[in-house]
Amino acid sequence: MELILFYLAAAISLGTTLMAITRTNAAHALIYFIISLLASAVIFFLVGAPFAAVLEVIVYAGAIMVLFVFVIMMLNLGEAGQRQEQAWLSLSAWIVPAILAAILLAEMVLVLSSSETPIPAQSVTPKQVGESLFGPYILAVEIASMLLLAGLVGAYHLGRRYLEETREDEGE
Amino acid sequence: MEAVSVPLEHGLVLAALLFSLGLIGVMVRRNLLFILMSLEIMLNSTALAFIMVGARWAKPDGQVMFMLILTVAAAEVAVGLGLLLQLHHRFRSLDTNAASHLRG
Repeated sequence: MELILFYLAAAISLGTTLMAITRTNAAHALIYFIISLLASAVIFFLVGAPFAAVLEVIVYAGAIMVLFVFVIMMLNLGEAGQRQEQAWLSLSAWIVPAILAAILLAEMVLVLSSSETPIPAQSVTPKQVGESLFGPYILAVEIASMLLLAGLVGAYHLGRRYLEETREDEGE
Repeated sequence: MEAVSVPLEHGLVLAALLFSLGLIGVMVRRNLLFILMSLEIMLNSTALAFIMVGARWAKPDGQVMFMLILTVAAAEVAVGLGLLLQLHHRFRSLDTNAASHLRG
């Protein structure tokens, strides 16, 4: 019974991801991608990683996707952008890379389907994750914090120039 | 909470499928916004693989790696969207081909 839930969530995740990469309207693609992330969160919950599932919803589907929404609203792409996308998405443009990626995928599925090991029905509690995070992985946490600082400074630098130049354009 | 015993291979196949969808997206789309979104799909699929393997041995390491991937994704999106704003500002377009010439 629970296995059906996994396959259902997996099917939703795959279908919505496929829809997300083929949409011409950025906002529609984003909504499909958010559904895909929620399906991933359900899978995390099913295999016994409740903390990761919660983080997936809060950080990925919440915070990171909101950034995308902000940018889409800021740029206001609209109808013209959609027409342009349709012109770019011709069959000849995507069929060859799609086939090549599909061949690589088929090889991988073939290798993976040769044996079956079930995941034990045992959940990993947030406490265990925290103990591991601040125990053996403490250096990785420090590196992650430095990466976030670098991302913050970089995003501020890039975004500030954009805002200043926009203001100058409006002033002229 | 009771977890489900999903075959590990099926979880990994799902991660591989999602990764190749993201890869196709990166190769096919020319809109920088969609390329960034496909990168997110790829990062998320690797995170899924880590969670699956972590759950297989009922160890927290998979979830620790998931959190590090989450951090990388957040930093990457912040910088990537900043670059996207710059691209739109300079070329009035999100076409990556518009920025194919390196000029100082």
